Amino acid sequence: MNLESLEKLINSELTTKINSSSINHDELKLKIDEEDLHSVILFLKNHTRTKFRQLIDITAVDYPERDTRFKLIYFLLSHENNLRLNIEFEIKENYKVKSITSIFPSSNWMEREVFDMYGIHYKNHPDLRRILTDYNFSGHPLRKDFPLTGHNEVRYNEEDKKVIYEPVKLEQNYRNFDYESPWEGTKYIKEITKK
Amino acid sequence: MPKETKTMNLNFGPQHPAAHGVLRLILELDGEVVEKADPHIGLLHRGTEKLIEHKTYTQAVPYFDRLDYVAPMNQEHAFALAIEKILKINVPIRAQYIRVMFCEIGRILSHLLNITTQAMDVGALTPTLWGFEEREKLMGFYEKVSGSRLHANYFRAGGVHKDLPIGLDSEISEFCNSFPKIIDDLETLLTDNRIFKQRNVDIGIVSKQDALDYSFSGVMLRGSGVPWDLRKSQPYDCYNNFEFNIPVGKNGDCYDRYLCRIEEMRECVKIINQCLEQMPKGPVKTNDGKISPPSKKDIKESMEALIHHFKLFTEGYRVDKDEIYTAVEAPKGEFGVYLISDGSSKPYKCKIRAPGFSHLQAMDYLIKGHMLADVPAVLGSMDIVFGEVDR
Repeated sequence: MNLESLEKLINSELTTKINSSSINHDELKLKIDEEDLHSVILFLKNHTRTKFRQLIDITAVDYPERDTRFKLIYFLLSHENNLRLNIEFEIKENYKVKSITSIFPSSNWMEREVFDMYGIHYKNHPDLRRILTDYNFSGHPLRKDFPLTGHNEVRYNEEDKKVIYEPVKLEQNYRNFDYESPWEGTKYIKEITKK
Repeated sequence: MPKETKTMNLNFGPQHPAAHGVLRLILELDGEVVEKADPHIGLLHRGTEKLIEHKTYTQAVPYFDRLDYVAPMNQEHAFALAIEKILKINVPIRAQYIRVMFCEIGRILSHLLNITTQAMDVGALTPTLWGFEEREKLMGFYEKVSGSRLHANYFRAGGVHKDLPIGLDSEISEFCNSFPKIIDDLETLLTDNRIFKQRNVDIGIVSKQDALDYSFSGVMLRGSGVPWDLRKSQPYDCYNNFEFNIPVGKNGDCYDRYLCRIEEMRECVKIINQCLEQMPKGPVKTNDGKISPPSKKDIKESMEALIHHFKLFTEGYRVDKDEIYTAVEAPKGEFGVYLISDGSSKPYKCKIRAPGFSHLQAMDYLIKGHMLADVPAVLGSMDIVFGEVDR
């Protein structure tokens, strides 16, 4: 079994559920719709020839300028065939994705992380709490509109004898230099001489 | 009159020496039996992935040292490989050997720390003292090659930063000769030790199926009898050129995982020895001037080199628009980097897949029904380092 024959098999078995498939960097990429997530993953996990028994990771990507703001990616690994595959689909903000905790128990924390970092909600998740950020944290840090320096900082207050939260105060703002100069060396000069 | 039972909640950590860092574990106890474990993580969360999005590819490398800080170079390796695959850089063969050698040194560093601290968690103090003496030597090698003992920042896309200093190969070879004796010594202390076995045998058993379902990798997977190692199954760099074995466990308990780690250290020594024997001479980073910076000598003489140096350390090199998932066999399991580049000199997204994250997730499943005293033993055998779990 190699990636090409796997691609053929999946396309012939799942036909309409696969919007497009491609092979890039030794990995098969399947583009699907969110409604088909469960059936596609169940097929890949249980079919005798695919055997994608392990969920490696789940992550999201934020494209704020797009109408479908988030792209979700599921990475699967088949030990028997020694193949890797990823499934991706796009969703709008505030869309609720189906949880796959019933298929892969390990997706529990991965979905919690996506929820914490991107604010994507899951349906039927047993325990959708924040995982990496602080208790009572607000905002979703990996969204592109979340500032790098954050909103709050903590310090120990000597008078109150406790740790307090305050809005971030920086002596100097985070400096983001634009190094990508339009000057492209000799190429630029050539273009001028053409005119 | 019926007996009333009540469960007790216990806070384990965040400042508990057996928590291996900053783990807050909320345990629900029925007497001394654990009914439920709820790990609260994130106390060491530094927003690595967010920070990397704001740094150039070169500036992002040091963040990888700070993930699993007991085996820093293994993680730099994953990041370097990801960029190399996108840019289709050919890494010089000597650089590949150096990288593999230091990854194996990292593996010994990590396993030594894990075995000895796990032994300490269950009551043996001596292995820690013996093991840390060896770790000190290994970190000495790190220092000689990169300038720092822990946060090396040594691997680059296209090779490594600098060649090995003269004489280092013989020092490493000397270490390889003496180290198997130290492993034997550690084994005399632990392997047949009655107390160590009582605390570890048949504790935290993971079945094959559960190991797969819970996304286990590395020793956690091999300890349960799944022969899977990325160095063999999906070889990267020059791992194809070496002969080594993959130790696999039978029962999937804490003791089997300990035995796997001991055997893996012996295999590491074999690989390092083969590296030293086969290592050819030659360059240690790609000669593509658009990616690796020019030498100091060239900068003094050539204007072109000076411009390249300036551009590489301000703007950085640009990486074509692409997406890639690359994984390496880190000491703790599959360490993956999912990189999305958008053609600029900064990654659009860099998701880090840390093995410890999935392992710790299974804490509740592993510890249910065990005694409170087994918590440190199970935690120790999972090989958790919070730098990578919390990111």
